[in-house]
Amino acid sequence: MNGILVLEQLLNSLQFGLMLFLLAAGLTLVFGIMDMINLAHGSLYMIGAYLVATIAGASGSFWIGLAGGVAATALAGVLLECTVVRRLYRRDHLSQVLGTFAILLMANEGVRMIWGSQPIPMAMPAELSGPVELLPGFTYPAYRLFIIGAGLAVALLLYVLVTRTRMGMQVRAGASNREMAQAMGADVRRLFTALFAAGAGLCAVAGGLLGPLLAVQVGMGESILILAFVVIVIGGIGSIRGALLGALLVGLVDTAGRTVVPILFGMLMGPSAAATAGPAVASILIYVLMAAVLFWKPQGLFPVHG
Amino acid sequence: MTPPPERAAPGPLDHALRARVAVPLLALLVLLPVIAEALDEGFYVGVASRMLIFALASTSLNLILGFGGMVSFGHAAFVGMGAYTVGILMRDGVASAWIAWPAAAAVGGLFAFVTGLVSLRTRGVYFIMITLAFAQMLFYLMSSLEAYGGDDGLSLAARSSLGPGLDLADDTRFYYVVLAIGVVIFIGIARLLNARFGHVLQAIRENETRMAALGFAVYRCKLAAFTLAGAIAGLAGALLANQTGFVSPAMMQWSQSGILLVMVILGGVGHLYGGLAGAAAFLLIEEAALSYTIHWQFILGAVLLAVVLLAPNGLMSLARRTARGAKGAP
Amino acid sequence: MHASLRLMTAAAALACLAGTAQAADKIKVGLLTTLSGPGSALGVDIRDGFELAVKHSGGQLGGLPAEVIVADDQMSPDAAKQTADRLLKREKVDFMTGIVFSNIMLAVGQPVFQSKTFYISANAGPSQYAGAQCNPYFFSASYQNDTIDEAAGKVVQARGFKKVALLAPNYPAGRDHLAGFKRFYEGEVVMEDYTQLNQLDYGAELSKLRASGADAVFVFLPGGLGVNFIKQFVGAGLNQEMKLFAPGFSADEDVIRAVGEPMLGIFNTSQWAHDMNNAANKRFVTDFEKEYGRLPTMYASQGYDAARLIDGAVRKAGGKVEDKAALRAALEAAPFESVRGAFKFDVNHYPVQSYYLREVVKDVKGRITNKLVGPVLENHADAYAGECKMPS
Repeated sequence: MNGILVLEQLLNSLQFGLMLFLLAAGLTLVFGIMDMINLAHGSLYMIGAYLVATIAGASGSFWIGLAGGVAATALAGVLLECTVVRRLYRRDHLSQVLGTFAILLMANEGVRMIWGSQPIPMAMPAELSGPVELLPGFTYPAYRLFIIGAGLAVALLLYVLVTRTRMGMQVRAGASNREMAQAMGADVRRLFTALFAAGAGLCAVAGGLLGPLLAVQVGMGESILILAFVVIVIGGIGSIRGALLGALLVGLVDTAGRTVVPILFGMLMGPSAAATAGPAVASILIYVLMAAVLFWKPQGLFPVHG
Repeated sequence: MTPPPERAAPGPLDHALRARVAVPLLALLVLLPVIAEALDEGFYVGVASRMLIFALASTSLNLILGFGGMVSFGHAAFVGMGAYTVGILMRDGVASAWIAWPAAAAVGGLFAFVTGLVSLRTRGVYFIMITLAFAQMLFYLMSSLEAYGGDDGLSLAARSSLGPGLDLADDTRFYYVVLAIGVVIFIGIARLLNARFGHVLQAIRENETRMAALGFAVYRCKLAAFTLAGAIAGLAGALLANQTGFVSPAMMQWSQSGILLVMVILGGVGHLYGGLAGAAAFLLIEEAALSYTIHWQFILGAVLLAVVLLAPNGLMSLARRTARGAKGAP
Repeated sequence: MHASLRLMTAAAALACLAGTAQAADKIKVGLLTTLSGPGSALGVDIRDGFELAVKHSGGQLGGLPAEVIVADDQMSPDAAKQTADRLLKREKVDFMTGIVFSNIMLAVGQPVFQSKTFYISANAGPSQYAGAQCNPYFFSASYQNDTIDEAAGKVVQARGFKKVALLAPNYPAGRDHLAGFKRFYEGEVVMEDYTQLNQLDYGAELSKLRASGADAVFVFLPGGLGVNFIKQFVGAGLNQEMKLFAPGFSADEDVIRAVGEPMLGIFNTSQWAHDMNNAANKRFVTDFEKEYGRLPTMYASQGYDAARLIDGAVRKAGGKVEDKAALRAALEAAPFESVRGAFKFDVNHYPVQSYYLREVVKDVKGRITNKLVGPVLENHADAYAGECKMPS
């Protein structure tokens, strides 16, 4: 195993982790502050990807597509929140599971009705589609570097918003003690709507950035949703810092698992067995990681509720 | 010494089978294949078997969720392991239901016991995530085992047999076997809930700290219920494997656990008939919508959303409301 | 409880209305294929090719009115099995066809054969059904999975590449395909990797490719999987370091449309090319382009041929589809004009045919498409036919 392989894997895991963070950030805020289990979060990611891809295709520019798609998804988030999601806040978790599961089904089918069952193609921006030479003899796709950069930028933006703005302060107050925050005058209803919309926007950024790499297809949110839940449990529900660290950890374990484990297994068994066992073990490792973190820190890495 | 409080009038922790409901329902279920044949829609006997199997799985989940307060997001794993038990035994030449099905129940119960040992030490959302984690681990484990088909699953060469000449290939015969098993277990669960164990379980759901303070072995009781639910789920898995003729890791993924949860919530958490009502409603809507349009999931989602917004405690609470309304009681 | 009862009565009534009376003089075909997810372009092409053939016969198959019931297997063996059940038991179809992926074929095969329904494969060609488990009810209008790669292996060997990396998804066909390649390639295999069937991100595999030192890479990644891989392969600059070979499905029209210029120069092998020179093919390609606005892939050609095979066989059996023995004999005779030229079946109901080399080039109209280069294997039977003891 040479150094270039390790470096490439590190960058891949950083890229994956940062995108996972974008999803987890929205999810942890909704869960932590509004105390709501949202199974439809992955659907927002899917809708975001579809909107970005469609606008990018229609306008011919990836950048217009990204900006337009994110805005449109945030708007969709506002609509969803005002009509349906709002009614679920006061309900117990089980009703929220049922309600958001219903939204998930409707979102999947709705997307299928509008865009069809086949995945829609999304082109990478031409200026970013080639490789970049980072070190002599080592090239890395420019687009993935861009994703890493964008992810870090969004993380920084979130940090600034949450720690340096009034709304961010209200968010943090609401996360640790909702009733108190309300008593102190935070306009909870508007805050919640804004939060939900922000979460939707973050999902759309992730969906739009990943679109050219993966496929924009119905049901693309389901697999990543579970990982997002694992991330926020590891990180501590309600904590954005926790979501970042959790996402990076999960990204690392997942990517390392996919490369290191098959190599190890390949040495022990044949390539075909290694190929099935490898990703499976990598996936199991993520849950083992979660169990380990919970064992050591039962409320997650950065528990928010005092 | 005061006489032990025996069969007093049914209290809030009791769940009656309600003969007025149960008998017509049973009659309908028994006559269903006859009706189906008369309408030349024999295919629907298979659909009905599937409904009963899911009702069994949902009821087992309701046992721990509705009556025990344990929100398990990994129940489909026990169903799947039961199914795999039957599939693997069938592949290795054991076709007898008398061996395979109890084995499936035992396997389901065993996995429930082991995962319950660890999971039940946690509470709230962490319990949900741990049960999910264990189920996912089992899912990935079975996906990786090439010997058992891996991702592609195993086909069953035939259905289990009850004895020489008593194979279950005929859909109608299989349906009656499923119905018989379902009825027996359902009555068993009802009896269990109305007995001391059931009362303790439900009391734990209401207030765990108080029950612990009163000296009840809370952890052991919950573990027992969890294991029992896992065993019943395993049996449901065995029946499911027979019904589809196929087992695959997909039966154990988290979305399947989600569907089981949805069925219970839809039917009514904590209602005796909740699992049955939920599974029946879910699959009926699915089947009806399927014949109409390929976008049936949208209709299903819309109905579920309507239920959650309009019938906060599931379909059974609606039924009770109308029944109470009809009787004119407060 | 009343709600439940009402629902059940409604369902029963619906079932009554929905179920049609069994018309004896109609051919019902269940076309179960992948219409969603990354493999959907393939299923869509099979469906379009099949339906075009039915149109060419005036909406009939073998002289009888045809009803084609299209269903989506969602690339899930579970969903496919349930849908197949519905097609066999509720719709009571006379033929089944359409499956793209071999793992789904293997899950669905058993109930189809047990119900004595003929399955005409428009793509999936698992080795299991070619050898010891060959079945009288299975017919392939496409190819056996290994053969296309055997041709590729021969080409790579002939062009002198010494170190080859191999990549395929981890399911029966994936393993078959790489096994086929290795059967005819004699050089060194420096890397052999299996990916997930739904995998879209090949970052890890590309890293390993770079580290492997291969001078050629052979990938079997059908449809959307191939699109992603090629884009990421070129994006990582690996096309400067090694030559990419593929079986026909990873370099066909659907992939070309999605990837574009980076495809130029890729060699691939197939039993068919759209510029093949025979009457049936010319008619097929022209009408397909007119009807659907795109050039057909090999999947479309297979779907088309499957329908033509059914048409010819039913006609030869005199429309008596209930007589399974006669229908089987008619199918075995393969009484139809295939778009790939001469067509005949081996004893295991897989075709004995020729395989060709194609190259992705810019044609005279400036389109990026495949060009037929020349034959690689002629009158080639699959490697498993000898193990098949077909019951009579």
